[in-house]
Amino acid sequence: MTWDWEFTGKIIPDLLDGLVVTVQATLLGYVLALVLGLAVALARRVPVLGTAVFAVMEFIRCTPLLVQLVFVFYLAPSYVSAFTVGVAVLGVHYAAYTAEVYRSGIEGVPPGQWEACRALSLPPHRTWGAVVLPQAIRRVIPALGNYLIAMFKDTPLLFAITVGELMYQASRIGGVYFRYLEAMTLVGLFFLLVSVPSAVLIRRLERRYAAV
Amino acid sequence: MDFFIDRLPLYLSGAGTTLVITLLGAALAFVLAMVVGMLGTLRNRAARAVATGYTETFRGVAALVLMYWMAFAIPQLTPYEIDPVFAAVLALGLNVGAYGAEVVRAAINAVPRAQIEATIALNMSWWRRTRSVVLPQAWAQMLPTFGNLVIELMKATAIVSLIGVADLTRVAQEQRAATGETIAAFTGALVVYFVIAQLLIVGMRLLERRANRRLGRLPASDTGLWALLRPPPATAIGGGRR
Repeated sequence: MTWDWEFTGKIIPDLLDGLVVTVQATLLGYVLALVLGLAVALARRVPVLGTAVFAVMEFIRCTPLLVQLVFVFYLAPSYVSAFTVGVAVLGVHYAAYTAEVYRSGIEGVPPGQWEACRALSLPPHRTWGAVVLPQAIRRVIPALGNYLIAMFKDTPLLFAITVGELMYQASRIGGVYFRYLEAMTLVGLFFLLVSVPSAVLIRRLERRYAAV
Repeated sequence: MDFFIDRLPLYLSGAGTTLVITLLGAALAFVLAMVVGMLGTLRNRAARAVATGYTETFRGVAALVLMYWMAFAIPQLTPYEIDPVFAAVLALGLNVGAYGAEVVRAAINAVPRAQIEATIALNMSWWRRTRSVVLPQAWAQMLPTFGNLVIELMKATAIVSLIGVADLTRVAQEQRAATGETIAAFTGALVVYFVIAQLLIVGMRLLERRANRRLGRLPASDTGLWALLRPPPATAIGGGRR
C-alpha cells in the first residue's frame, strides 16, 4: 500500500478539529501549570508545609503522566469531562516542573535586593510583588517557554482517556478506514510544524532574557 | 495491603518489562546522543547539518506519535511488522537521543578553550584529544542532565501499554479491570514507578560522583548515602527537558 493523496485530503478537516482540541488543552493546562507552579514555589518556603508540598511534587515528577491521567480519569465523577481531567492532570504534572523553574529564578535574585527591601521596610506583598518576583520571573521566561513546548508534545497522551485531540482523531481514522499511514504521518508533521518554529522562538527569548 | 501481596509477582513482572525497555531505550539514546552530539561540534558543515536535522526532527515529534507511526504506519508502507517492544525502544531512543545530543554538544563546547589549545600545542591527534582531555571534562558536565533524561525516558515507557505491551501500566490497568479496585491498582503501579525512579537517580549520582572524583572535583560535603537522594543544587536554569 502506498500514500493516497485523495484520502489525505479527506482526513485533514478531522485532524484539524483534533489540532484545535490539542491547542486548547495545551494552553489551558499551561495557564494552570504557571499559576499552580508559582503557588507551589512560594509554599515550599513555608517550614512544614513546604516539605510536604515538596514530597508530593517529587512523587508527581517521578511517576508517568499517562498513569496519572488514567488514574484520575477513573476516579473522577462522571459529570467531569475527560477534557477537564486531561487539562487538570496536565497542569498539575507540569506545575511540579514549573515550580522548580520559579524556585531557581527566586534563588537567583541577588541577596542585595532582599536587603534593600528590608532596609526600606517594605511589607511582604511589596517585597515579593514589586521586587523579587518581577526579577525572578524575567530570568526564567525561556525555561518556562520550554515547558510550553514539552506540554504540547505530551498532549497526545490525552487520547488514552478519550479526549478528542489530534492523536485520538488519527487513531480513530486509522481504525475506521484501516489506513494508519496518512493520518499518523500528518500528526507527526503537525507536531514538527509547531515545535520547530517554537524552538527557534525560545532560542530568541533566551538571548533576550536569560543573559541578564 | 493484601491486594499488593497477592499481586506482587504480576507487578514485579510488569516492572521488569518497564526496566528492560528503559535500559534498552537509554542505551540506544546514549549511543545516538554521543555520535550525533559529537557530529554537531565538528567544523564540517554537512556533519553539523545532519546533527541539526536529527535533533530538530526527533525532538519535535512526541515519542508516542513516533511509536504509533512505527507500529501502525510502517506495516502499511513496507511488508514488515515491527514488534511493539522494538517500536517502543526505537521511538524512545530516537526521541531521548535527540535531547541527549544537544546536551553532549553543549557540554563539549563548554570545555575551556585553553584545554583544546594545550592539546594542539602538545601535538595530540583528534582522537587522543577527545578521549583523554575533552570527554572526561564534558562527561562530568553531561551527567546531571543525562540523569533527568533517564527519568523522563523511564516515565515515557508507560506509553507502550497503549500498544499492548504488558508493562507496569498495563498490569495496573488489567488489575483495575479485573477487580474494580482503581485506587489500589494504580497506587501500586505509581509506587513501583517512584521506586524505580529513585534507584535510577541514585545510580546516576554515583556515576556523577565518580566522574567528578576522576577530575579531582569532589566537594567535601558530597558524601554518604543521604547526599545521593538529595536534589542537586539548583544551578542551570531549567535543567529539565525541553
